[in-house]
Amino acid sequence: MSEPPISAMPGDPPGTVRLARPLQRGTLDEAGKARLTEIWETRPGWRGWLSTVDHKTIGLRYLVTAFVFLLMGGIEALIMRVQLARPNAHVLTPEQYDQLFTMHGVTMIFLYALPVLSGFSNYLWPLVLGGRDMAFPRLNAFSYWVFLFAGIFLYASFPLGQGADAGWFNYVPLSSLTYDPGPNIDVYALGMVLLGISTTVGAANFVVTLLRMRAPGMSIDRIPVLVWGTLTISVGNLFAVPSVSLAFLMLWLDRRIGTHFFDVMGGGARALLWQHLFWVFAHPWVYVVVLPAMGIVSDALPVFCRRPLVGYGPVAISTVATMVIGFVVWIHHMFATGIAPLALAFFGSASMIISIPSAVATFAWIATIWLGRPVFKTPFLFFAGFVLLFVIGGVSGVMTAAVPLDWQLTDTYFIVAHLHYVLIGINVFPVVGGTYFWFPKFTGRMMSERLGRIAFWLMFVGFNLGFFPMHIAGLLGMPRRIYTYAPDMGWNTVNMLTSIGSFVFALGILVFLVDILYSLKRGPVAGPNPWDAPSLEWSVPSPPPPYNFAVVPIVASRHPLWEARMQEEAEKPVRARSHLDEGYLLGQGREALGTTAVGGKPHIILKMPEDSYAPFMLGLFAALCFAALAMRWWGAAAALIFACGVSIAVWLWPERALIQREPAPVQER
Amino acid sequence: MGVAPLQYLVHAAGPAAAPTYRLGWALIALVTAVMVIIAVLLVVAIARRRSPLPTGEAHKLPADKGGTNWLVIGTGVSSLALFAALVYAMVTLDSVAAPPREPPLTILVTSYDWWWKIDYPDPQDPSRAFVTANEIHIPVGVPVRVELKSADVIHTFWVPQLAGKTEMIPGQTNVQWIEADTPGVYRGQCSQFCGAQHAHMAFEVVAQPQAQFDAWADAQRRGAPAITTPDARAGAHLFAERCAGCHSVRGTPAAGMQAPDLTHLASRRLIAAGQLTNTPEHRLDWIEHAQRIKPDSLMPSMTLSVADAAALSAYLSTLQ
Repeated sequence: MSEPPISAMPGDPPGTVRLARPLQRGTLDEAGKARLTEIWETRPGWRGWLSTVDHKTIGLRYLVTAFVFLLMGGIEALIMRVQLARPNAHVLTPEQYDQLFTMHGVTMIFLYALPVLSGFSNYLWPLVLGGRDMAFPRLNAFSYWVFLFAGIFLYASFPLGQGADAGWFNYVPLSSLTYDPGPNIDVYALGMVLLGISTTVGAANFVVTLLRMRAPGMSIDRIPVLVWGTLTISVGNLFAVPSVSLAFLMLWLDRRIGTHFFDVMGGGARALLWQHLFWVFAHPWVYVVVLPAMGIVSDALPVFCRRPLVGYGPVAISTVATMVIGFVVWIHHMFATGIAPLALAFFGSASMIISIPSAVATFAWIATIWLGRPVFKTPFLFFAGFVLLFVIGGVSGVMTAAVPLDWQLTDTYFIVAHLHYVLIGINVFPVVGGTYFWFPKFTGRMMSERLGRIAFWLMFVGFNLGFFPMHIAGLLGMPRRIYTYAPDMGWNTVNMLTSIGSFVFALGILVFLVDILYSLKRGPVAGPNPWDAPSLEWSVPSPPPPYNFAVVPIVASRHPLWEARMQEEAEKPVRARSHLDEGYLLGQGREALGTTAVGGKPHIILKMPEDSYAPFMLGLFAALCFAALAMRWWGAAAALIFACGVSIAVWLWPERALIQREPAPVQER
Repeated sequence: MGVAPLQYLVHAAGPAAAPTYRLGWALIALVTAVMVIIAVLLVVAIARRRSPLPTGEAHKLPADKGGTNWLVIGTGVSSLALFAALVYAMVTLDSVAAPPREPPLTILVTSYDWWWKIDYPDPQDPSRAFVTANEIHIPVGVPVRVELKSADVIHTFWVPQLAGKTEMIPGQTNVQWIEADTPGVYRGQCSQFCGAQHAHMAFEVVAQPQAQFDAWADAQRRGAPAITTPDARAGAHLFAERCAGCHSVRGTPAAGMQAPDLTHLASRRLIAAGQLTNTPEHRLDWIEHAQRIKPDSLMPSMTLSVADAAALSAYLSTLQ
């Protein structure tokens, strides 16, 4: 090939290559692919199972684990709906109800909503970006293991009747030792600190992967919107998670070490401090669990409209803008705490303005459908349904941003309705639609259209039947988090409707799960690109080989697989188009291509680490250490911290194969 | 109180709630219009008839452009509507944040797990101050300043028909104002999750013409009336033995501070923080089965002999 030489770093003289060895371009034959498989494949059996660092395996583990937590949180919700279906019911005691609604919130918000999106992102990022793996594969494995162990940890005390019971928001002083002396809150606090480790390392991995691990030509204006979403929220998490980890650590120290960070009765401390630390994290978190899901829709909906997304640039910018504004709206959870009206006016305004970027996205989706030629497959149904639920959840949010009205709405079922339209409408619907969309890529088999339609209509009708009346319950004054209510409050009918609707919705989820289990074995074989989609993941076999791409593809547009058939694109000369079968060859061990941050130009050949037990062991020891802290076995905790140190040493032990030769600038010719 | 005593969008009963009531309906109208417009656009976008593609071009795809007008017009119109809503919300905030004139009456409400202590201080003459529980009386037509404190965890003071919510946070004093236009009984409820009996932490605001309010306040200032019957006397003895550790009755040695003041218990409409109507039967039921009626509340279920129960009931009925 007579490609122009690749200049790696900005500012280098022309013709400079900063690579350890010259990059070869070409195609790869079957024997070459077999060799790559050998290099990248995980060992069979339990050894491979515990040591794999394959982002696809980790992504699927995230998805499956998150769905298990979704089911547990869902069952908790259904039990509560039985209790609330009729007034003065005695299905649950107050304490049982409090643990159920707390664990329902903790499960859905922390153990389902983000992990499920991390699952999609982990599986898809390298595939849509044209890379071989995430930037830090072992960190990726570690992030999953810690998430799994933190989830188990948070549930450990629940079967003993000692689950967290002060709400997911866990306000002090209700969560202090005085009012909650059991292990309930210790488990919650330490579990959240543990989970924060997983979220943080995962976020760092996404950011570095996006900056350095894209295929050549995958410039920042060509990355899918899902990647924009996950990148944005990962940066957001790096800022937001420290706040909540600190808050929960301080709370635990207050409870068990006797510090006085939140101790109101001791004087000095303000109970409100907890609320600030919590919501500084938890409001951005709301955007964290929806932006990647909105990205799923922005990427997948156009496939079923047979045209590119309208307004890629504005949608990408609004994604970032939402996150940025999302950091200055946390006070809207605290309008009723006695904060001065001038401050409330500022935070109320910010809370309204944050809906402008959402309006951009909404009109982009509608315009894409309007200008396209929709194909009514199951994923399309979920995405179109999502648009309506997104708008309902959005406008009810505008109502709560109006400060004086929020003084009435807050802590009523209106908020419960709003947040479920946001979390189910904007997270669960795109996730289920995304599962129908990418299932063929994950497994090589299609899911059932018939069951998919049944699942969609059950979920859509059940959801609206169940959750729309909650708005009415809130307007009729029903407070949140009450375990029962009197029959003369005017809430009987709306609660019965909500309970019925939630069971219909649950039935829809059940049909969806049956479809997954059925299609895993019996679904029609999919082929690489069953939906005729434009992005890179559809250029590789389904399921993808362990090395993802035989050759590192070269990308020339946002729609590499559509270029030949798109107006304007198709008129470009072939050498200005994307090259998928013929690209850079990397095969001397586990190798990936590092590219420059903005332009996506080749910069370095990265030696990727082998599979390792170290992430699993470190995750296990860390979780056990937290368990020892919860039990206040200080000696065991110290020993486990030492074990963590050993695991880190094993993890980081230098290996000859991983030596990254500092690339010297080489003048070509 | 109507069919839904905690509603706030069917009827607002005073100037601290009415502007919000109007704002609420205006925003409901706005967001309903938005939902309808979006739903129609979405349905038309999905269902509209499209011209068939020329033969042989079915595989062709449109270029990555177009549709920008949708974003400009859609976002522009949304922003204008949003800005209007924002201005209206700010105007409303300004009109309900503080009372229009200095309130002539200030009361202090302190929240406890799971009931409300209500102080009527008298800055001029502290001996005229009095305390009651779970039932606030206010004169009609005047703003009342409500100072809010908490004795334990965070609770929220909320009388939907009179005003929005304000949290009661230990270690700080928040201030709220309420005013009722017409005489009536307005339901209040804690809306901040505060533990096991959060669901049953209600109270009532009784708005009365000034003369009636003054009469009520005078009656509340007096200590407990003298006991005349032997039954009641036995009950008072029992009360001093078994109840006075937590409850107080002014004018008697009972001076417990952890539970509602019962000096004028029998004058109240409800007991157990709004859960039961205040009849002798309910009072006894509550004393004997508090843990069944409000599990985990701080009131224990008392075991009483039939004679003791009758005596205690007779005594409580004297606390007019």
